[in-house]
Amino acid sequence: MAVRVTHDDFDAGREIAALRGGDTRVGAVASFIGTVRDVNESAVVSAMTLEHYPGMTEKALAQIVAQARERFDILDALVIHRVGELKPADQIVLVAVTSGHRGDAFDACRFIMDYLKTRAPFWKKEAIPSGARWVDARTSDDEAAARWNPKG
Amino acid sequence: MPDSRTPAITLDVVYLARLREAFGRGREGLTVASGATVGDVLAALRARGEPFAQELAPGRAVRVAVNHDIAPADRVLRDGDEVALLPPVTGG
Repeated sequence: MAVRVTHDDFDAGREIAALRGGDTRVGAVASFIGTVRDVNESAVVSAMTLEHYPGMTEKALAQIVAQARERFDILDALVIHRVGELKPADQIVLVAVTSGHRGDAFDACRFIMDYLKTRAPFWKKEAIPSGARWVDARTSDDEAAARWNPKG
Repeated sequence: MPDSRTPAITLDVVYLARLREAFGRGREGLTVASGATVGDVLAALRARGEPFAQELAPGRAVRVAVNHDIAPADRVLRDGDEVALLPPVTGG
């Protein structure tokens, strides 16, 4: 289980191939890539800065992956999240999961993203025509994370 | 080694993202009474007045991490703890 916080872009194909690593127990590989859009909340976004909390970021991502490992039957998982200055169409995050079967692979990938969106210490600042603004957290992200913990 | 008889403890308070901009600083040392909790630290900062009072008002969605783990308001702090104030996160 690996997590990485980096300024550098990633090659998803190469990372996923490394994750699979020739492990013949793997029957399913699920992955997600988040990318920078050019419009948010009715404003054109020309650039984005990703800030994080050095010292906590990798720890928080590792905890999320550990929870995925407890909840789902997965073989391996990888999270790469970029920080720094990004432009529209740039890659932000890669989540990849291997499992024997697709149900746990898909669910674990979704779970990791839903928890990353609500628990990992990253903050986006957008450059829009009127200046720079911090992106607001979305209630839809909290709702998505909450769906993994249904109340009886 | 700090113990319950130590009259005061010093914390390393960290401000992230929009809180850093609002407060004009990324971190600062804060001396509080031994036995102080996370809630006590927030109250002490609010007592400074603006902009702390508004940004950290009860009901504002600020999470606190102690030594890189999210902590509740009743967490008791120790000398040298890093206490970070985190706005709602927006990664991914």
